[in-house]
Amino acid sequence: MAPGEIRHAILDILSRIVPDEDLSNLNDSVPFRDQMELDSMDFLDIVMELRKRYRIQIPEEDYPNLISMQGTVSYLTPLMKDIPARA
Amino acid sequence: MSYDAIIIGAGLSGLAAGIRLAYFDKSVCILERHTTIGGLNSFYRLRGRNHDVGLHAMTNYAAPGTRTGPLSKLLRQLRLRWEDFSLSPQIESRVVFPGKTLRFNNEFAFFEQQVADQFPAQIDNFRRLTQRIDAFDELNLDQNEKALTARQVLGEHLGDPLLIDMLLCPLMFYGSATARDMDFNQFVIMFKSIFREGFARPFQGVRLILKNVVRKYKSLGGELRLRAGVKRIVTDGQHATGVVLEDGTELQAKQILTSAGYVETMQLLDNPPTDDTVPRDALQPGDVTFVETISVLDRMPADLGHSDTIVFYNDCPDFHYENPADPCDIRSGIICSPNNFQYPQPLTDGAIRITALANNRHWMQLTEDAYVAEKRRWYDRMVESAVRFMPDFRPHVIETDVFTPRTIRKFTGHVNGCVYGAPKKHLSGRTHLDNLFICGTDQGFLGIVGSMLSGISMANLHVLKQS
Ligand SMILES: Cc1cc2nc3c(=O)[nH]c(=O)nc-3n(C[C@H](O)[C@H](O)[C@H](O)COP(=O)(O)OP(=O)(O)OC[C@H]3O[C@@H](n4cnc5c(N)ncnc54)[C@H](O)[C@@H]3O)c2cc1C
Repeated sequence: MAPGEIRHAILDILSRIVPDEDLSNLNDSVPFRDQMELDSMDFLDIVMELRKRYRIQIPEEDYPNLISMQGTVSYLTPLMKDIPARA
Repeated sequence: MSYDAIIIGAGLSGLAAGIRLAYFDKSVCILERHTTIGGLNSFYRLRGRNHDVGLHAMTNYAAPGTRTGPLSKLLRQLRLRWEDFSLSPQIESRVVFPGKTLRFNNEFAFFEQQVADQFPAQIDNFRRLTQRIDAFDELNLDQNEKALTARQVLGEHLGDPLLIDMLLCPLMFYGSATARDMDFNQFVIMFKSIFREGFARPFQGVRLILKNVVRKYKSLGGELRLRAGVKRIVTDGQHATGVVLEDGTELQAKQILTSAGYVETMQLLDNPPTDDTVPRDALQPGDVTFVETISVLDRMPADLGHSDTIVFYNDCPDFHYENPADPCDIRSGIICSPNNFQYPQPLTDGAIRITALANNRHWMQLTEDAYVAEKRRWYDRMVESAVRFMPDFRPHVIETDVFTPRTIRKFTGHVNGCVYGAPKKHLSGRTHLDNLFICGTDQGFLGIVGSMLSGISMANLHVLKQS
């Protein structure tokens, strides 16, 4: 997956986890938590959804990379480069 | 058979935990002794009519689309939609004590104004108490054990014992496993869920919620076995390895979550805990429980001039929340009308449910004949007491039912038929075995929303986070 596709995949996951949030104006460089109601349970779910959908294991010490869309996409780019985008 | 996780009990906590685990691809099996799901909050059909077992109201109301709070958290975690619960908010409820009435609805400002009107000398104190409640993190699972009690904190802030008891009355009735006083933590949970957030009910009752929850669980590949009571939990040192069912079937699991109750679960262990492994107070079963009467009417309660959703009443200045000496304590009670919610259309039948504290030992030891007679006698006495606080509906009753601590024990296995379980809660869910965890009532989050959140958080903490 290319970075654009990864961003799309993350948006898809967020729309499952926080369906009542409007994600259309998400600012990629601002932490998720400053833009939406996202608690530690939801945060765990981002990691869990990535594991469920793409079999990616993210160790707990890497969680800080996931605070914003930008951070998440750059962290995931090398990990997901060989994974095909989902239809 | 071997599973990633076995869940004991298909009540709301077990089902919610099951959804979380199945969603994240764990092999999971829920074992339920009864012939149907729901546990303490189920439903049944009697002489052609549908009745809910527990449900008066769901607490923690939030309007669809709300982004914070327990209800929104619960729906998100279970990947359910607001329509799956389709909640209609309450109309108005009240707490009635001699000489004082406090009304409340789902707007906290209205309740605060009621306190100001009824207890003008206390309103500043009440606001300070509210600030303290709002600042308290009741969902922190690692709190120290020697917590404050509600009466201690209320006594620090409020100078009027009547107001203290009027605040405690609905909160204890709807969520205290302990007599006379409750943990401040539990008080905060109940205060927020009832006064801050408020009541609601699905038009179709609890069956709608159960139906959607179990459908979700099964669609994710979760296995549910009914008539599958766990007779024994097999252990091996510090570890539970599996269970043996009443019919002799043996099942293995890496983790076991149990909603059967703490004391009840300890009794299932093949190697019961000793005094060193489990403190004795943890093995003390609960003592507080209720009798409930159901009256179906030939008209709507509103046609009799009764539009309140729930009335909490007490006919003396002190509120006595404890196992009563009499079979039922008719000084206080709860009157609930399932009709009095803001539904899109009226329910088919008018109904009034009345709940009162009950002496569990009395109800358990009766012979079958005496039990039937005693149910009839206390139906009359409870209703007679309750109609002091609402219009007399007795000429309009076309159908009645009564359930008692004995009913609760029979259908859920909870010792003493206790609705809120044992007094000692296990917030972390941990037991002396490293892969056996408590969820639901005895973990400490009570009620429909609470028990589901309990199942979710225990599944997250002990199974999903670990793998
Ligand atoms: C009369 C009444 C009124 C209530 N009213 C309300 C209300 O208005 N609003 C509200 O929010 N809450 C209400 N509640 C509380 C709410 O129903 C409970 O808090 C909630 O349902 C508890 O769910 P649980 O999963 O923790 O436990 P349970 O529902 O007790 O689930 C445990 C399950 O485990 C099963 N089980 C036990 N032992 C075994 C075994 N050995 N093997 C297999 N299965 C076993 C039981 O059969 C049961 O199904 C009410 C409860 C009652 C009884």
